[in-house]
Amino acid sequence: MKAFKVIDPGAQTTVQDPGRSRYLQFGIPVCGTLDKFSAEIANYLVGNNKQAAVLEMTFMGPKLEVFSQMEVAVTGAEMPIKVNGNEMPAWQTLTLSPGDILQILPVKTGFRGYLAITGGFDVPKIMGSRSTYVGGNFGGLEGRPLKSGDILGRLESSFLGQIRQLPVEDQPTFLTSVPLRAVPGPQDDFFDQGLDVLFNSPFTVSNKADRMGCRLEGSAVELKPDVPQSIISEPILPGAIQVPPDFQPIIVLVEMTVGGYAKPATVIGPDLSLVAQIKSGDTVNFQKISLTEAHRICKDTKDKMARIKSQLTV
Amino acid sequence: MGQIFKKPRMRLMGDSGLLFEYGDVIDLEVNQKVKLVTKALNQEMPLGVSEVMPTYRSILMIYDPIQTNPDVLARHLDNLKNQLEGLKLPPSKTVDIPVCYGEKHGPELPFVAEHTGLSEKEIIKIHSGSEYQIFMIGFTPGFPFLGGMDDRLTTPRLKTPRTLVPAGSVGIANNQTGIYPVDSPGGWQLIGRTPLRLFSPEKKNPFLYAAGDKIRFKPVDQAEFDRLNQIK
Repeated sequence: MKAFKVIDPGAQTTVQDPGRSRYLQFGIPVCGTLDKFSAEIANYLVGNNKQAAVLEMTFMGPKLEVFSQMEVAVTGAEMPIKVNGNEMPAWQTLTLSPGDILQILPVKTGFRGYLAITGGFDVPKIMGSRSTYVGGNFGGLEGRPLKSGDILGRLESSFLGQIRQLPVEDQPTFLTSVPLRAVPGPQDDFFDQGLDVLFNSPFTVSNKADRMGCRLEGSAVELKPDVPQSIISEPILPGAIQVPPDFQPIIVLVEMTVGGYAKPATVIGPDLSLVAQIKSGDTVNFQKISLTEAHRICKDTKDKMARIKSQLTV
Repeated sequence: MGQIFKKPRMRLMGDSGLLFEYGDVIDLEVNQKVKLVTKALNQEMPLGVSEVMPTYRSILMIYDPIQTNPDVLARHLDNLKNQLEGLKLPPSKTVDIPVCYGEKHGPELPFVAEHTGLSEKEIIKIHSGSEYQIFMIGFTPGFPFLGGMDDRLTTPRLKTPRTLVPAGSVGIANNQTGIYPVDSPGGWQLIGRTPLRLFSPEKKNPFLYAAGDKIRFKPVDQAEFDRLNQIK
């Protein structure tokens, strides 16, 4: 059923779900929402499960005309929300009526916002997912970001008929200086001084940041003199910090499957939601943690989400 | 010189990725070992593993750290050794890829000729005269990393990569050759183009080939290119 007409698409707005799996060996990257925490909460706020497709809105959100009654929720980056010109709260259920104009303004803090809708956005499932793969020109809405005039549909689902709200203490705050926890490897043995540099100096987010990767600028993360500048191309996962020949690290995101550069460390999964929210000019500090520590954080993160979900959905 | 490892070397990729390396060389024997182990893993995925991905000489396992851990998975791989004996890779299929060489489809064919000292005709003959092993797929959907190009064709990459290489373009970079299945940026020297659609995401089977298959390039003229282009 018709949900929205796109009046203005925003800077880069795409349909995303948790992502594609099982096609890495054919060169199909995982894609999907970058800030998993915010996207998942948005879905719970309108009564969806976490698989439902949402809009990922980068830097500046869209202006949308509402076709039919629905519930929506906006989460993630701090982006002012207006319905017919009136400011509305984020991180809670909002009810919209036919003819309403929903507008998501440019970010104040953070970088990516999420808009969930009753039933989830209705685009074809391709290779098991509704996520847009911009580089591959498929998935989501015709394999591309939204443009003016697009019509977005939603899947049929019942309304909550109540307002859910994420308690303020559970809402993330977005800083301009962000600590990112990382586990050494896969090629930490290719670096000696370079590892110290990586873990002990700040890096600035460059303006070259998209869903493929987030390029950083800072002190040179040099390889040992006796190792090759590139490695035999191998699998790569979101969070991997790869170091190209200019020694400026790149945090790999969700539109890559293989890479040929050495990776001194990998940002842990739970902190990728933070990477999604950093923008040009922000700084990051990598903190070295052990695999055991990383696994403990994964479990804590999962437990926290389970608690939030059960509190929201009572 | 690279070598083949007796026991796979394990590397950590964050909290949920493990890389197992079977050598530090691009080599058919190593690659087939990788594919055999991948097949065994896919037949019975270890508990907590959601996906395995084979490449030239390594296998990536994506695991859920709440259900399993690297020690358990390394042991699982070790125990797999006996099963591998009875396991065979499926017979590889050979896929013919029609290619219209040169002119607008292969703007760098003259450069490759100049660099290699061969005539354009010789380049086409040599390039289409070999069978190429697909070692792995990556970079973009269906992009094959091929082994087996004749050394005489070796040509360095473009100094400045193109921002848009049209889907179907066939190129050379150093001692490798490959095809771009989708429009993408790229720095390979383009020598021709296939009219075939190599990646059809909407189809039940979106790919014409998989890692382990072989590719043969068949020269076609512009008329045949146009005819095949219409069929697709």
